Amino acid sequence: MSTVASKKGIGAFIWEYLTTVDHKKIAHLYLAAGGFFFLLGGLEAMFIRIQLMKPQNDFISEQLFNEVMTMHGTTMIFLAAMPLLFAYMNAVVPLQIGARDVAFPFMNALGFWLFFLGGIFLNLSWFLGGAPDAGWTSYASLSMRSEGHGIDFYLLGVQISGFGTLMSGINFLATIINMRAPGMSFMRMPMFTWTTFVASSLILLAFPPLTISVFLLMFDRLFGSKFFDVAMGGNTIIWEHFFWIFGHPEVYILILPAFGIFSEIVPTFSRKRLFGYSSMVFATILIGFLGFMVWAHHMFTTGLGNVANAIFAVATMAIAVPTGIKIFNWLFTMWGGNIKITVPMLWALGFIPSFVIGGVTGIMQAVAPLDYQLHDTYFIVAHFHYVIVGGVVFALFAAAHFYWPKMFGTQLSEKLGYWTFIFFFPGFHLTFFVQHFLGLMGMPRRVATFLPGQGLDAGNYISSIGAFLMFIGVVLLLINIVVTSVKNKKVANDPWGDGRTMEWALPSPPPYYNFKQTPLVRGLDTWWLEKMEGNKELPPAEPLKDIHMPNNSILPFIISSGLFIAAFGAMYSPLNVVGDGKPWGVPVLILGLGIMFGTMLLRSLLDDYGYYIPKEDLVDDEGKGGRAG
Amino acid sequence: MGNEQLKEPDFNVRFEYRRKKSKEEMRFQLISFMLMIFLTILAFIAVGSNHFPPKFVIPFLLLLASVQVGFQLYYFMHASEKGHTFPMTFMYSAILVAFVTVLVFMTIIWW
Ligand code: HEM
Ligand SMILES: [Cu+2]
Repeated sequence: MSTVASKKGIGAFIWEYLTTVDHKKIAHLYLAAGGFFFLLGGLEAMFIRIQLMKPQNDFISEQLFNEVMTMHGTTMIFLAAMPLLFAYMNAVVPLQIGARDVAFPFMNALGFWLFFLGGIFLNLSWFLGGAPDAGWTSYASLSMRSEGHGIDFYLLGVQISGFGTLMSGINFLATIINMRAPGMSFMRMPMFTWTTFVASSLILLAFPPLTISVFLLMFDRLFGSKFFDVAMGGNTIIWEHFFWIFGHPEVYILILPAFGIFSEIVPTFSRKRLFGYSSMVFATILIGFLGFMVWAHHMFTTGLGNVANAIFAVATMAIAVPTGIKIFNWLFTMWGGNIKITVPMLWALGFIPSFVIGGVTGIMQAVAPLDYQLHDTYFIVAHFHYVIVGGVVFALFAAAHFYWPKMFGTQLSEKLGYWTFIFFFPGFHLTFFVQHFLGLMGMPRRVATFLPGQGLDAGNYISSIGAFLMFIGVVLLLINIVVTSVKNKKVANDPWGDGRTMEWALPSPPPYYNFKQTPLVRGLDTWWLEKMEGNKELPPAEPLKDIHMPNNSILPFIISSGLFIAAFGAMYSPLNVVGDGKPWGVPVLILGLGIMFGTMLLRSLLDDYGYYIPKEDLVDDEGKGGRAG
Repeated sequence: MGNEQLKEPDFNVRFEYRRKKSKEEMRFQLISFMLMIFLTILAFIAVGSNHFPPKFVIPFLLLLASVQVGFQLYYFMHASEKGHTFPMTFMYSAILVAFVTVLVFMTIIWW
């Protein structure tokens, strides 16, 4: 379908993507939008590092620094890391389980457009009076006092994109539970599918607390309620609890799929099955559960009391056990394997020591008395960048190279890929390793500048140099993408030669119906198994028959736009604490919600049964679509 | 899909079976519905009569509430039937997580 559309010209191309419900195209959308926000967040990071390059620098003002720092964190977590993971989940998970699409293709598109328009709304704050400035955590005691509409942009933007994330999470749960091909039992599921499954459960349980607390703060700021106003009998600490009840599972929502990506890459390039598959599954589920019992480790210094601090400290340390299991499993997978160092494998090799450093500092912070020293210093900044960059971002880069052939049918240049690594990896350690020491020496996080002669100059300078190296690495990756797309050299089904899971049995990229016949799964590492038995195709589980496909629809985009419009109305409601309410505020709010609910009604009333691809057409499509049998 | 079912030979047998099953279900639903109303009346009496101390009323209400949830899940939402394993696993995981969270707030966190 995509080739047909691109030949029809740019208008048809855009229309195709605006209306698509195909998981493979939605993956492209997530990759493009997430990549865009990643570059934006990266630019903001560069501003932070330039400002902190030398003491008492005045590259940007204090207020602007707070805004840049807040937007960097918010963008990276909500608009870059999570959507980029969704890109790979969408591209790969249905293929890995032998499905033709996700369970709810329409909702999949809706999830994307909500995320995207929420992100755009958040970033419009730059042009409409200033961005949010209370940190990505937006603690109520700070954000209630913030002037201007920055915080309102944060609340509405995060809320809208959060709806999208929640939907996508539910969608993946339904897909993985219901759409597995015959023979694909739970204990035969590839690790990336497993981690997607557990991360989606975490989304299901962790996003509602965020939604609620954001609503409460929204009502406080926009409609005059007093949930967090201590003077009026409210409670400002409760925001922190709610935020971290969401926030800690959130970091596992990010890292579990990253673990999954590496669990695919390591066995592939060690040419050896994953060591301890069942313990990997067990560890993933255990991390998921424990992730909900540790939120207060972000609040040791709020004065919870000794008992609470002690219990949360122990619970937090417990998470290191399943995480350790995983690390050892990857090491044992490589042990005795026939290792081939490709770019994805290189990132996997870089990931293991980097992530272990982040885990070790995490345990240090979990020691509550020590955390009184570490909390709110650069040590924390070093910790979470070691886990998020060294874990998640490395996985995103690895997956970009690994899955590019499956997503676009071309292969990123390995040579340029090595150069990305050569700049990014040392740059990353240069930037963040010294920050441990800056923190131990007492440099607080989230400060716009520092004084000379306090032993902080050299560390900050080194840190900024590292940031430039990472920047070069990312630019090289972009060049790589452009060069590869221009060359447009198509590759075969299994370009790495060692693919183990079902997606590598399909053409790159797969036809829009994925599998001509639903495949029969005969074991873990399905495709590897068939290859070892000399089969060129997956065995079919059904005779060739008509394929039912969903129709494209513009409605998800319209529904999301309605909410986008409503957000402006809510922000300029006459009750808002900024005091610049507009008379058109409430009407616009009603108009936006009207568009949204009206379109939803339309969707419910107009039956859309999709269409069938007649099997005669499939017979002609010789050699396409993972022809089985 | 509709067509396929009609073609099956044992369609009539199945239909009879379903009918019997539905009748039975209906009976259970009615019984549990009446029980639920009865429990609600008990709850109102416990609070409204002013005879009972809060120390008794609060645990009693919580107990009634959990019984009601059980009725709701098992008789009205068919939780025990085939194909509900996953929703129920998720439901119980969520209940566990929420319960522990609330417990933590009630016991060791003092604000
Ligand atoms: C061994 C596992 C881990 C342990 C024991 C651990 C422990 C901690 C603790 C105690 C804090 C709070 C420190 C403070 O603010 O005083 C913290 C902060 C943080 N951790 Fe971890 N962590 C672990 C893994 C991770 C992972 C895997 C991620 C993300 C992928 C992550 C992301 C973060 C973030 C973002 C923060 C800072 C949040 C903020 O205040 O803005 N951590 N960690
Ligand atoms: Cu945490």
